Amino acid sequence: MTAPQAFHPLARLLHWTMAVLILAMLFVGVGMVTTVSEKHQWLLALHRPLGAAIFVLALIRIGVRLRFKPPALPADMPALVQFVAHASHWVLYALMLAMPLIGWAMLSAGGYPIMLGHAWHLPPIAPANGVLFAWLREAHRYVAYLFFLTILGHMGAALYHALIRRDEVFPSMTFWPKGHGVKTEAPPDIAADESEIMTDTRQPPAA
Amino acid sequence: MSAPSRKPPHLLWRWCAIGAAVVLLALAFAFVGGWLTPHRLTPQRIVDALQANGGVHPGFRRNHAKGVCVAGYFEGNGAASPYSRSLVFAAGRTPVVGRFALPGGNPYAPDGSVPIRSFALRFALANGQQWRTGMNSMPVFPVSTPQAFYEQLQAGRPDPATGKPDPARLKTFFGAHPEAGPFLAWIKTAKPSASYATESYSGLDAFYFVDAKGERHAVRWQVVPEAKDAAPGPAGDTDYLANDLHTRLATGPQRWHLMVTLGAPGDPTNDATKVWPDDRTTIDAGTLVIESEQPQESGPCRDINYDPTVLPDGIEISDDPLLAARSAAYASSYLRRTSEEAHLPGAARADTSKQEHP
Repeated sequence: MTAPQAFHPLARLLHWTMAVLILAMLFVGVGMVTTVSEKHQWLLALHRPLGAAIFVLALIRIGVRLRFKPPALPADMPALVQFVAHASHWVLYALMLAMPLIGWAMLSAGGYPIMLGHAWHLPPIAPANGVLFAWLREAHRYVAYLFFLTILGHMGAALYHALIRRDEVFPSMTFWPKGHGVKTEAPPDIAADESEIMTDTRQPPAA
Repeated sequence: MSAPSRKPPHLLWRWCAIGAAVVLLALAFAFVGGWLTPHRLTPQRIVDALQANGGVHPGFRRNHAKGVCVAGYFEGNGAASPYSRSLVFAAGRTPVVGRFALPGGNPYAPDGSVPIRSFALRFALANGQQWRTGMNSMPVFPVSTPQAFYEQLQAGRPDPATGKPDPARLKTFFGAHPEAGPFLAWIKTAKPSASYATESYSGLDAFYFVDAKGERHAVRWQVVPEAKDAAPGPAGDTDYLANDLHTRLATGPQRWHLMVTLGAPGDPTNDATKVWPDDRTTIDAGTLVIESEQPQESGPCRDINYDPTVLPDGIEISDDPLLAARSAAYASSYLRRTSEEAHLPGAARADTSKQEHP
């Protein structure tokens, strides 16, 4: 038993902070390109610094992930499902890094100043070129759609663990690991519930 | 520890809750992205309306399609520095890439077909910031909101039978938009000029200058030419503006003065249809010097989106609702024409049989 029971607290803090930031970012992005109202300007002004912040947080997060071993998935999950779960997490990390980089390169290719505030700006990371801009701008759109779909899948899978399987996967990422029904120090009523199941199904618990 | 074989109570409801969470989030995303509200005015619909009026000309801007690149510099004199902390107004030179153009989406429009000319500028400041402005040779804009502009485009759509806008539809539109009065009064007497170099160009929208103390000053700006030989364009020639510019630049740089008008308290900043009173303080902030021209197909202005909300520290947008719409629509036009240059899937292709790109 070398694997921990839950994600490192810093990993959990980063997960939920970035969940809010990334969802906000996707909504800001899809909203700002389809409005002609004054919202367009402040959404645009928010989008760039928020993207830069997500990029920095993603780097820290990957560092934390490599430094602190995450808990293992339940042993009874099929190998293919385990593979998909792990792969989707690395896809999410890749998207967290790719989206800000594509956006940064896209603005560079469009010849725009990459303003993060009134006076603060980043240097260009790509040559000013309209054709390159068009490719990167469309990549920014479709990678954002992929990101959103991956998040929907991630959320659906997390809720499946929380509500259907009721295993230790969801509590391993929350700050209230008790009370979700299946932790080691379960309250007496749940312990009774489990022993009842054991007698009913004549099966020992998985771990 | 876990007992996956254990069937949780209310299994169906649990699946419904998961499905509802996923579907609601997806619906919220679709709503914000405008997929559920097809009648909402979007930048794409404004550009579609421009395209419907001017035609689809792959690679060209969807408005102000016919034009020419120019380059030079702006020489600040420090006179505007008490009002704006931007580096561009300090004494010294800032390189400029500009573009003269005709309004409308047709890149082959005759120069005499419209009395308006436009001048766009991108100032590249030494501190890495930029100032972009798109100015027009009229004192006011016809309408004050994006919605009214969209309706004006629809009213001005050429009748397929005549190739010209239906005068009755335009009359109905302007009848319902009295704010267009100052513009209509101006255009009644305006003549297509023989030269880009003899025109004054106005930024139309109001902005704020921000001084070193952080105080904001409502401003409008205009570039006023040194060339005084304004004349109506020659009849019969359709491309005289480019030739005139070429001839003038061969003899020497062309100059304008950047005149900044300071608004008084109560002067509207959110209405581009109204001029401010004549007695407002106006500052000569420096000289714009245009030294060379390049074809727009290959010149440095080609890949620049002259979004008037790209501003350096020391200049801010006002509450004029046209500014956000210009920014959004210009971005949409910029993506369309660069996608066409890049031959992205789905982008419009040039009809090579017509030889539009010589």
